[in-house]
Amino acid sequence: MFDAELEANKLEAASRVHPPRQAGRVKIEIHDLNFFYGQSQALHQVSLNIEENRVTAFIGPSGCGKSTFLRALNRMNETIPGTRREGTVKLDGVDIYREIRDVSTVRTRVGMVFQKSNPFPKSIFDNVAYGLRVNGIKDKQIIGEAVEDTLKRAFLWDEVKDKLNNSAYMLSGGQQQRLCIARALAVRPEVLLMDEPASALDPISTAKIEDLIAELKRQYTIVIVTHNMQQAARISDYTAFFYEGYMVEFGETPKIFTKPDKKQTEDYVTGRFG
Amino acid sequence: MTNHTAIAASTGPALEFKPKSSGLIPRGLTLSAVIIIIAMLAVILLNVLHGGLGTISWEFLSKPPEHGMEAGGIFPAIFGTVFLVLLMVLTGVPVGVLTAVYLHEYTSPTSRTTRIIRTAINNLAGVPSIVFGLFGLGFFIGFIGHGIDTTLLGAEKPVWGQPAIIWAALTLALLTLPVVIVSTEEALRAIPRELKDASYALGATKLQTIIRIIIPQALPGIFTGAILAISRGAGEVAPIMFTGAAYYLPYLPKALNDQFMELGYHVYVMSTQSPDIEKTKPILYGTVLVLLVLTFLLNFVAILIRSKIRSRRISV
Repeated sequence: MFDAELEANKLEAASRVHPPRQAGRVKIEIHDLNFFYGQSQALHQVSLNIEENRVTAFIGPSGCGKSTFLRALNRMNETIPGTRREGTVKLDGVDIYREIRDVSTVRTRVGMVFQKSNPFPKSIFDNVAYGLRVNGIKDKQIIGEAVEDTLKRAFLWDEVKDKLNNSAYMLSGGQQQRLCIARALAVRPEVLLMDEPASALDPISTAKIEDLIAELKRQYTIVIVTHNMQQAARISDYTAFFYEGYMVEFGETPKIFTKPDKKQTEDYVTGRFG
Repeated sequence: MTNHTAIAASTGPALEFKPKSSGLIPRGLTLSAVIIIIAMLAVILLNVLHGGLGTISWEFLSKPPEHGMEAGGIFPAIFGTVFLVLLMVLTGVPVGVLTAVYLHEYTSPTSRTTRIIRTAINNLAGVPSIVFGLFGLGFFIGFIGHGIDTTLLGAEKPVWGQPAIIWAALTLALLTLPVVIVSTEEALRAIPRELKDASYALGATKLQTIIRIIIPQALPGIFTGAILAISRGAGEVAPIMFTGAAYYLPYLPKALNDQFMELGYHVYVMSTQSPDIEKTKPILYGTVLVLLVLTFLLNFVAILIRSKIRSRRISV
């Protein structure tokens, strides 16, 4: 069973055509990141470089700190009271915690999509326009064009163009999640953080999200947390394995899934634990 | 089943379970409590309807009292009640909502300050209404109203430092504040964290998130608070008897510092101060009926608005 899965993962990773990889430009540089919820430490000394226009996946068992780490990359952790952070996160060489004063700037440059699709109880149009409006864009024409452009980018336009004023809750679960992706793209971020974006979706919707991620990679740097090992193998260029608050191993995805350096990583990707 | 008995038998002496009672006694006891309540309500409503229905006429609803309240209508009291309740809602609900937003969004629910504030609010709900009346007289009229007169206006005769509809409304607003706060907080608590996260992740500030996501989402709950406040506030006599309600007024209140007539107070006046109780009795019943119907109506309007908001906003 486990071996079959390992084989499947190997095949998955090997069958993908990888572009000749030059060392990509570093988009986000994390150095010695520690994170605390009250007294308990959720992340220990995590250092990692995330390359531009690549998909980087974080895998690991529940509670390993991968989501916490993801949320540290756009300062979303600051919305939780009683938390503390040490270390630096640099976006294009600029420290997002110390050198960028306005947290809104960080979050518009580093967008986020959540595990459970969470559209606002508003119309489809207003959902996509929300990010523009809260960032001070009032011109109706600009907003209208941006909404259309963004929905096209999320491959949702054809499905919703006739019902932009309907409630977002009328959409199916998969469409809602793609709407959430569109909503995040509307403010033209450079990085997109995705926290298990397909974990609550059926296989067909999941495939659509994965196709979308492959497409978005051309323009955005994507960081994705996933529980689904095949998914990580399918869509990511790099994979980081987290365990109990430590980043155990980081490397090119095929390597992590076929010949990881650490025993722990191998045990996890082959399904022997976790 | 047989296995189960076998195990029981093998591990000790046979157990003799007591047969269960039919449960008729607790059922009967709880049912009779319900019947008593319903019966009481029915008696009150029937009594009021029986005594008051004959008095209701267009004249009664549209005319002021005449002949020392032994004849005529109650229009000024209806007008005053509606005016008072609207003022109470308009002043009390915003303050209550802001308080709830502060408690829920700006402080940690377990912090010392929050707990102290919450205890204070609960205590506020337990204060007898006559105490609110005295407080309104001392604070709103004696301190604020008088203060405006002496320091801002330099008036010789009291302009604001006298019983007035605004002071009565503020006193009632204070009295009904706890229910507004509690129902708003409940509504805020029901808002999923994911919605707020989504807003923050798009670069929205806390204030933007509160205005654009949290308050619209909590509106039905806020209206529930307003409905409860109306139910509680309309018809309260004690808080307004010192702060603005008048025994008899030949004119309708036109300004915030005018006095006013009010249905509940009118009932109180007619049933205690009338020279001829028997003669005013039909008017008394009619007034009580109008007060009840008016309270229901005000509630009904608020419920209508709430269901309109609910249907416009599709739930999660």
